[in-house]
Amino acid sequence: MAWQAVAARLFGSDHAIVADGDFLAGSAPFEGTTLAVVGTTNHAAVGVDLALRQARAVLATVAEHPGRPLLLLVDTQGQALRRRDELLGIHRAMAHLGCCLDLARRRGHPVVGLVYDQALSGGFITSGLMADACHALPEAQIRVMRVPAMARVTKLPEELLESLSRSNPVFAPGVANYVAMGGVRSLWGDDLAAGLRAALADRDTTDRRAQEGAQRGGRRAAADVIRRVLEA
Amino acid sequence: MSVASFAEMSARERLAAVVDAGSFHEWLPPAERVTSPHLAQLGVPAAFDDGVAIGRATVAGRAVFVAAQEGGFMGGGVGEVHGAKLAGLLRRALRDRPDAVLILAESGGVRLHEANAGLIAVSEVMRALLDVRAAGIATVMLIGGANGCFGGMGIVARCADTVVMSDIARHAMSGPEVIESAHGAGEFDARDRALVWRTTGGKHRWLCGDCDALVDDDAAAFRAAAVAALDAHRPMTLEELQRESALLQARADADGDNADAFELWSRLGVAEPREVPDLDADALRSRRPAAVAALAQGAA
Amino acid sequence: MAGMETLNFAFDGGRPLAPFAPTLVGVVASGNLEVLVEPSDDTGCRIAVDTSARGFGPVWEAVLRDFHERHGLGGIAVAIHDMGATPAVVSLRLDQAIAAIAGDA
Repeated sequence: MAWQAVAARLFGSDHAIVADGDFLAGSAPFEGTTLAVVGTTNHAAVGVDLALRQARAVLATVAEHPGRPLLLLVDTQGQALRRRDELLGIHRAMAHLGCCLDLARRRGHPVVGLVYDQALSGGFITSGLMADACHALPEAQIRVMRVPAMARVTKLPEELLESLSRSNPVFAPGVANYVAMGGVRSLWGDDLAAGLRAALADRDTTDRRAQEGAQRGGRRAAADVIRRVLEA
Repeated sequence: MSVASFAEMSARERLAAVVDAGSFHEWLPPAERVTSPHLAQLGVPAAFDDGVAIGRATVAGRAVFVAAQEGGFMGGGVGEVHGAKLAGLLRRALRDRPDAVLILAESGGVRLHEANAGLIAVSEVMRALLDVRAAGIATVMLIGGANGCFGGMGIVARCADTVVMSDIARHAMSGPEVIESAHGAGEFDARDRALVWRTTGGKHRWLCGDCDALVDDDAAAFRAAAVAALDAHRPMTLEELQRESALLQARADADGDNADAFELWSRLGVAEPREVPDLDADALRSRRPAAVAALAQGAA
Repeated sequence: MAGMETLNFAFDGGRPLAPFAPTLVGVVASGNLEVLVEPSDDTGCRIAVDTSARGFGPVWEAVLRDFHERHGLGGIAVAIHDMGATPAVVSLRLDQAIAAIAGDA
């Protein structure tokens, strides 16, 4: 779904979200409150510039609108693969964006993530995965890496990885799978507003993903290992 | 006096060299066989500690929690169990409040063999690390392995108060092979080692202010830097992040036209940039531009 | 597709070591292995091998029997995760593990 359609379904025509290249930002009224919206579109490759732009939008919200909820709209192909971005420290720009989202959370801003198209790797770690909780549209996809590149790096055969991507929860990119693993809190059905309303109402900002992965059965070992470390 | 190469040591050897002798008490040690549930299906052997040793220790007599990633196992990649050990260590630090959490990081990032589970695990480590930092506990990353610190772990590491690098280490997102694969050798020639190191290596990160201490490839030097970092906690405030935002944008603007590292260093105020590759950590320390050093201090 | 191969060996006899803590040497990397040695209630020497290099059963038997004859230890359980190490490297790691135990004694 295009970001404009997501915005229209959530806010009608009465929103002030603007796309500038791959960068989305603005505000929108929602059920008596105003939300800040920050994100990406066009399956953005997130380099230093785009990471910093998103971070500035988050910092501006914290500085100018204390407590305003932040909605992160996520559509990314992951980090930009360029020498310039490595030279300029894309890892740091991404850490910076993550820290800005974390600051917003600590200062009492609800931070809700929505993967509305795709999310890969570093582009996702630094955005949706830093929200209080990340949600997704049912047709969205989340991956670490595309199969051909994964095959090159791991030296595992492409056919094997393709087959695992269809059948194995650890590799399958469907978001229902991520829900089962606890990485995504919920999928938003046709009533997107209901999904957003529920997300905004959940004010528990502790990281519940390992617990949810265990409860839902998609990722059992993590919660158990964490518990064992606490009790060791 | 012989210099013990930090890079050539195993994770456990590094850990032993950095903490006070005999002070390391391991949690979930190898004998407990807390291993990956995902590797056997790919015909890959497990490691008894899933590639990371965690526990408590002392450094200069002060209580720390410590983790050491083994770069030799799966490239130090973070899988479900490996990540949960790190997340558990950090959550325990919130409860037990050691003076610092010290992570000897060597990792390619998410362990691709565990894909989705590894991706979520890295994020859980990142959230937990930021919680520890927000609680006022110093967080320290020692990056000195041959594999460097990349990917999701590269992001996590830069969330810490202090990043210590040796001149042979690298800290970045994507490796040069991945970039060359995507956009060709003209974009980034992975075989040009000098180019790779001046783009992502410790000396470059030091000169730009992206790492907080630069040391030689020497276990004793890493230990000394770790001791200094115990008191280097910096709370993450709005002002700090605004300052960082300006710093990073200014640097991106200085690079503007896709310049090489030499040109970027020159624009940042580094004297005689062409000499940098031949200088050791000691000699390089004084070359860091005053403006970079001042910003790195943050609010006094 | 081919997975791991698991091999188990048991050698009789041997003198027990003084009580020791579980000891790990090596790293699971290509051409390398990790070896975990623990005290065991059995009087002999038990060795369990998980390896990604399939089909070398007889080689393992020879290398591990040689280890048992060289050190003559009983009451120990050895567990190995192997990623294609040569017999020389396997023998080296086993010797290093025993040396580490003796060093801690």
